[in-house]
Amino acid sequence: MIRRILINILAPFLAVLLAFSVGAIVIYILGENPLFVYKILLINSVTKVDGWGYVLFNATPLIFSGLAVALAFKGGLFNIGVEGQIYIGAFACAWFGITFNVRPLIGIPMGLLFAMIFGGLWGVIAGYLKARFGAHEVINTIMLNFIAIALTNYLVNNPFKEPGQINPIPQTKELFSGFIIPRVYPLLNKLGINLSPSVPLNYTFFISILFCVIVWYLLERTRWGYEIKAVGLNPKASRYGGINPNYIIILVMFLSGALGGLAGVNDVMGYRHRFLDGFSRGTGFTGIAVALLGKNNPIGIVLASILFGILDRGALAMDVFTNTPRELIRVIQAIIIIFVAIGNELIFRLLQRLEREGE
Amino acid sequence: MAEYVLETRGITKYFPGVLANNNVDIKIREGEIHSIIGENGAGKTTLMNIIYGLIRPDRGEIFYKGRKVEISNPSVAIKLGIGMVHQHFMLVPPFTVWENIILGKEVTRRGVLDKDSVCSELEKLMKDYGLSVPLEEKVEDLSVGICQKVELIKLLYRGAEILILDEPTALLVPQEVEELFEILNNLKRQGKTIIFISHKLKEVLRISDRITVMRRGKVVGELNGKDAEEETLARLMIGKTLESPKLESYERGEEILRLEGVKLSPRLRNINLTLYKGEILGLAGIEGNGQRELLEIITGLLTPEGGKIFYKNREVQRLDPRILREIGIGFIPEDRQRTGLILDFTVAENIILGRHYREPYTVRGKLNLPVIKKTANDIVKAYDIRTSSVDKYVRFLSGGNQQKVILGRELYSNPELLIASQPTRGLDIGATEMIHKLLLSARKKGMSILLHSSDLDEIMTLSDRIAVIYNGEIVGILSPREIDETILGLYMTGVRKD
Amino acid sequence: MIGGILSLELLISALRMSVPLTFASLGGVFSERGGVVNIALEGIMLVGAFGAVVGTYFTNNPWIGLLTAMSFGFLIAFIHAVVSITFRINQIISGTALNIMSAGLTTFLSRLIFKAAGSSPHIEGMVQWRFPGTNWQISPLIVIMFTVIIISQVVIFKTRYGLRLRACGENPYAADSLGVNVIMMRYSGVLISGILGGLGGAFLSLEHARVFVEGMTTGRGYIALAGMIFGRWTPLGSFSACFLFGLAEALRMRLEGFGIPTQFIQMIPYIVTMCVLIGVVGRAVAPAYDGIPFEK
Repeated sequence: MIRRILINILAPFLAVLLAFSVGAIVIYILGENPLFVYKILLINSVTKVDGWGYVLFNATPLIFSGLAVALAFKGGLFNIGVEGQIYIGAFACAWFGITFNVRPLIGIPMGLLFAMIFGGLWGVIAGYLKARFGAHEVINTIMLNFIAIALTNYLVNNPFKEPGQINPIPQTKELFSGFIIPRVYPLLNKLGINLSPSVPLNYTFFISILFCVIVWYLLERTRWGYEIKAVGLNPKASRYGGINPNYIIILVMFLSGALGGLAGVNDVMGYRHRFLDGFSRGTGFTGIAVALLGKNNPIGIVLASILFGILDRGALAMDVFTNTPRELIRVIQAIIIIFVAIGNELIFRLLQRLEREGE
Repeated sequence: MAEYVLETRGITKYFPGVLANNNVDIKIREGEIHSIIGENGAGKTTLMNIIYGLIRPDRGEIFYKGRKVEISNPSVAIKLGIGMVHQHFMLVPPFTVWENIILGKEVTRRGVLDKDSVCSELEKLMKDYGLSVPLEEKVEDLSVGICQKVELIKLLYRGAEILILDEPTALLVPQEVEELFEILNNLKRQGKTIIFISHKLKEVLRISDRITVMRRGKVVGELNGKDAEEETLARLMIGKTLESPKLESYERGEEILRLEGVKLSPRLRNINLTLYKGEILGLAGIEGNGQRELLEIITGLLTPEGGKIFYKNREVQRLDPRILREIGIGFIPEDRQRTGLILDFTVAENIILGRHYREPYTVRGKLNLPVIKKTANDIVKAYDIRTSSVDKYVRFLSGGNQQKVILGRELYSNPELLIASQPTRGLDIGATEMIHKLLLSARKKGMSILLHSSDLDEIMTLSDRIAVIYNGEIVGILSPREIDETILGLYMTGVRKD
Repeated sequence: MIGGILSLELLISALRMSVPLTFASLGGVFSERGGVVNIALEGIMLVGAFGAVVGTYFTNNPWIGLLTAMSFGFLIAFIHAVVSITFRINQIISGTALNIMSAGLTTFLSRLIFKAAGSSPHIEGMVQWRFPGTNWQISPLIVIMFTVIIISQVVIFKTRYGLRLRACGENPYAADSLGVNVIMMRYSGVLISGILGGLGGAFLSLEHARVFVEGMTTGRGYIALAGMIFGRWTPLGSFSACFLFGLAEALRMRLEGFGIPTQFIQMIPYIVTMCVLIGVVGRAVAPAYDGIPFEK
């Protein structure tokens, strides 16, 4: 058991190390000192309180997005459509936020709920097409991403455009104050942690941790979780076991889409307080990396999100202080996915051998 | 010229946790039919895969015509003149017969496959060996018997001198077995050497010039076909004598299950069948005659297009598996690893599958883990499932123990009707015996069992009555005490009909 | 109005729009006939489009650009092959990772080489071929495309290579038992798809845009896969399907003057793709071992 935990942690760790080594080689070829570049990357994220604040702020949507991908994985589905679900969920949330002027006690839960419902419904489209027609969810979720981006682009450019705006990126009006999730610096300052008010870290982070617990409980302790995992592992045996895989597929895509929708909340309700066109920039895809690296496990997902939060934060600094373009980080992320996947597979085979020999 | 055309010395192969071959020496003479027998897991197939180059041995040597050879992959074996018909056919279903035959040894003209010259060569080959298959048809449309002939032609086309046949009779009816034996004897007359792998003693005794017996990865005996006796072989093979299970007589009880005119195109045309309390009704048929569809209909996975099914006088043909379980029907699906179990679930999780949503396992949507664990432990104990813990993944259990998990799960809730499909396929004799005992004691308690098996011995010894399915219809209800396997075969091939 | 829309010009425009899709789709056929799902085609097309511009930018020779495009596509496909065939990693995961990587890599390199984010400088396109004795011109890439379609159709269904490749997608264990090197065959299928996908991408940047723009494939790799499915994994079928998609795209461009918001017009190819995938289910059957790693 201890051995299993050890290799389960060791493998992702090695994968990350390896990916950074590849990155180092690239940086070296470009004529810069990899150690210097990586130092810059870290200094601006993890050595200062404010840096950590930004890291956790970046990690927040990734946690939701990683949970969304992981939950779908457990149900045997590839939800590559989280990106689209983020846009739809975020827009729905903003739409209600600029429409209803209510108190925070009602507004915040309502905003979360609408992000979930609309993100979930967007996910259900692909789920329904799979359950009803057997159409593969991978291509469909990708197509739905493009459609969601075009749709929200239309909405924010036309009926919902903030009047009198000269900002080059179109955006909606500001939300009513009842929908705004406050920042955490006042609380931290009271606790003696000196986070400056400019850091956008807000209570959405805690909500994301709460959802980690909820997802874990759902999967490990409830009948729904049992059925989701059963269908994910073996749909045919599940049918024999009286589970209707089609219902589960639709359920999973709803829940996964709902988590995806929540990934937009951090930006809309916690940071900009409006819907900004194209704000997500691949959070849904990074969620795939997060889920893989975190091995679909909520704690793993939080840790992986923090790692990617550090990379995002460091990427900015890299742009400013070095000649290495920040896109290197995206390349490193992709390399991490590949190495982690290879590592997981090798470990699976190793464990299988150990278990068999242990008999 | 060496005495033996093929000889192995000291072949040893470890698989994780098993010593599949332990110092195996076999000696094959040119032009003989040499049987290798042993029960499932004795190491016969591993040995053959080593000779054919699909697996590398850890130790040992192979001699071909007196010369030491390294068979590193099938191409080498094929070049030497060794060919193998695998237990699961190695055919490409959407390809035509001729495409399947030439795959890997294609003839081309100006870069394009030369179908005409290939086909005329094959026609000649078929004539020489008295085999005939439709070259233009797709393999997916052919019966098992014909597929086997395609496999044989594949070997002959490659100029094989030694033909290895792994359990070739497993899926054949007696008449097809006859035909196969005729073909094999014919091949022998033309100078081919045949290695025949089987665990069916009667067949082995009929066809073999010599017999090698394996048990637990070792060679335990070598006999001449003429001198061998069934009892000696059985003892060598299993290490003890076996008694076949005896059916106790029973009184026909009330009706449990009745099928009336069940239809599902294209396979099921018109099924009428009745099952009574406390009996085992065997279902026999050649694969592809509709039995799979029939069982899936009874278990609620498929909905029939026409006809009715009554379970204790209640219409059930539209109910799903969950409700069927609730009203007292248990299922043992044919493919235990793909449909019976979730391999990456634990023993405990598999044991509640199908009843997981009910109290006491689930209370208000929440899993009741202590109760689940306790039930699992009870079942593990009651059915002697060998596992270190109920938290172990079922994937890591042996085939026999996996099947016991399914049996334990289904029998634990005391169903009145059990649908058992291929309950002992691929299991060793010990596990088979155990499963048979469980089925018989369930029958004794009044359970009705619909037993589907392609092992005719199993059907003949366990059934009170046998229903034969052919081309989507039940063509006969037979009493195993009044018929023999040949008559059963006549029904299965559609020659006889009631 | 209908007459204005349905004209020879429209068909020519549809043909041009279908070229990148067709190349990628043919690539998909080779890869999936051998049993490897290649969702990385999106990324392959993107690096192809980028490679074509880089090659042309430095040499002023679009043919060199074409070669660069093919080798870039080849490289991504090679990674996909190593990861999904040798290491037997889930092919969708590998493909998705490579798509993310290609997007990052092209932007990264584009900033390094062209010192500008977003897009490259304009480049020379290919010199069009003229039909002898007429004023008709045609892109060499279209000629290449038709050649490749015909060759692919023959290779896959009539040759030794094709027979073996298809066997590896339908039942690799049967192929293996007859001495066919399944691993090598699968590698070849994936690598060919890399070369063809790269060509498809090259057409986008060399012919359509004459410039490389970040993320310029906008899902064409996935649409090409849908085309392959609709075309039942055959080269001719894939071309027909891609021509339909090309027609949708050409119509889309015509529609832009009719007062429909551009965003909705942009959605058309994606919606068409989804509808095609729904319509095709149950009628098109993938190779039996498509997407399943081969383990000896």
